Amino acid sequence: MKRLLLSRWTKVVVFLLCLVPLADLGWQVYKGTLANPVEYITHTTGDWIIRFLLITLSITPLRMVLNQPQLTRFRRMFGLFAFFYGLLHFTTWFWLDKALDFQEMGKDVLKRPFITAGMTGLALMIPLAITSTAGWVRRLGFNRWQALHRLVYVSATAGVIHYYWLVKSDIRLPLMYAAILAVLLGYRVVARLRKGSPLAPRVEAAR
Amino acid sequence: MIIRKLSGLRYSDVTPKETYLNRRRFLATGAAALGALAIPPHAGAEGKLSLVKSPFSTTEKQTPLEIIAGYNNFYEFGTAKDEPSKNARNFKTSPWSVSIEGLVAKPKTLDLDAIMKLAPLEERIYRHRCVEGWSIVVPWIGFSLSTLLKQVEPTDKAKFVAFQSYHDTKQMPLATSFRAGIQFPYVEGLRIDEAMHPLALLCVGLYGEILPNQNGAPVRLVLPWKYGFKSIKSIVKIKFVDKMPPTTWNMFIPNEYGFYSNVNPEVDHPRWSQATERRLGEIARRKTLKFNGYEEQVASLYNGMDLRKNY
Repeated sequence: MKRLLLSRWTKVVVFLLCLVPLADLGWQVYKGTLANPVEYITHTTGDWIIRFLLITLSITPLRMVLNQPQLTRFRRMFGLFAFFYGLLHFTTWFWLDKALDFQEMGKDVLKRPFITAGMTGLALMIPLAITSTAGWVRRLGFNRWQALHRLVYVSATAGVIHYYWLVKSDIRLPLMYAAILAVLLGYRVVARLRKGSPLAPRVEAAR
Repeated sequence: MIIRKLSGLRYSDVTPKETYLNRRRFLATGAAALGALAIPPHAGAEGKLSLVKSPFSTTEKQTPLEIIAGYNNFYEFGTAKDEPSKNARNFKTSPWSVSIEGLVAKPKTLDLDAIMKLAPLEERIYRHRCVEGWSIVVPWIGFSLSTLLKQVEPTDKAKFVAFQSYHDTKQMPLATSFRAGIQFPYVEGLRIDEAMHPLALLCVGLYGEILPNQNGAPVRLVLPWKYGFKSIKSIVKIKFVDKMPPTTWNMFIPNEYGFYSNVNPEVDHPRWSQATERRLGEIARRKTLKFNGYEEQVASLYNGMDLRKNY
C-alpha cells in the first residue's frame, strides 16, 4: 500500500480519474440528447465540487485511521479539483444564466440566500487554491497556513447549505452530503478532544 | 444525479402498445363521430389525427416530443426529471373513470371514452412554464374544461373546483413524502371562473396521440397561464366546493406556492427570481411574460386583485 501511494504513477492515474466526470459531462452535452443542458452542467459540476471537497476532507481521518500518512500527498490534488469544478460551476452560471452581467450577478448574490451561500463557498476556495503550494506553506509557516486552510470547513458547509436551499422538495441528497460532512468534521472535533493536538504536523516516521 | 440523458424515444416506447392502439381507435372514432375529418380506423401506427385547430394556439416553435416526454416533474414516479418516463411505463391507464361530484345538480362518474366523446378534440399549442424557471411549447389535445364541468350542472353555491390525482402505492411505490417532500394524492384547485375559462384545457393527448404515461395519462389539466404544477395530471376526481380547496404545493411550503400561482415575472419565488426562464432547446434565458403571455385572455379574471398577495 505504501509503495503504491508513493509511486509517481499513482498520482497520474488519480489525476486522470479526477477528469473523468468532466469527460462524461462533455460527452453527455456533445450527444445532444439532454433536455436542459445548462441545468445539467450546472448541477453536475456542483455535485463534483461537494464530492471533491468531501474527499479532500476525508484524507486526514483516513490517514489516521489507516495509519497511512502518504495519503496526504493527494489532498492538494483533490482540493484543487474541487476548485476547478467550482470554476466551471461559476462560469456556467455567470455566462449562461447571468449572460456575463455583473449587476445581475451582484443582485442575485445579495437577494438570493442560496446564491449568497454558494458564492461564499466558492470565494473561500480562492485563497486556498492560491496558497496550495509548498512555497506558500513555507512563506506562511505551517501553523498559519494550516489555520488558513481550515477555511475549507466553512467552504464545504456553505456548499451543503447552498444545495439544501436550492432544491424544491427532495432534500435527500443535500441531507446525505450534510451527514457525511458532519462525520468528517465531527471526527476532527473528537480527535482534538481526545488526544490534545493530533493534527499537528508529523514527520513521516514509521510507527 | 437529477438530470440524465434522454434515450432515443419513440412514441411506441412511452406507452404499452395495446393501450395506445385501442385508445387511438377511440380518439379516431370520437373525432369522426363529431363530424371532424375521419381517419381510416387502420391508419398506420404513426397516423396523425385530424384535430380542430384552436385560435388559442401559439405559432412558437414546438418543443420536440423527446423532451416533452423525457423531462418531467411527476413525483409519483420519482423526483428526477428522467425518472417518470422510465418508471411510468407500466402505469395502467385503462380502464379509467373520473368522478365529478360536490355542489352539483347531476354528479357523474364518466369513463375516459365517454369524456373523449363530449366535444371535438382540438389541438391547442400552449406555452408551458414550470415554477422552476424552464418552459416548453406543447401541442396538447383536448377541449375546454368547461365542457366537462357543465355536464354536472354546478349549483350557485359552488365557488371552487377541487381536483385529485390517481395515487396507489403498488403502481407508485416512489410516491412517498419521504422521497418527494410533498404529500400524496396530489391535489389542486381553481376558482370556478378560472375553471370555466375557455383557455383551461381538459387534455387527453399531445403531438397527435394519447398522452404518454409520464405526462399525466390518460387525462389531465393544462392551465397555460399558471405555473406547471397547477396542471394536475392523471385526474380521478373533480369536486365542486364552496371554500378554497387545499393544493399540494401550497400545503407543503405555503409561502412559496400559492393557490393562484399565475405566471408573473414581477412576483419572485421566495428563493429564486421569476423574471426569466429557459425555453428548453435554447441556451440564453428569455424574459418571462405576465400570465405566460396569456394576459389578454385571462387578466380580467384577476381585476382588482393584488397579485403579490394572491401569488
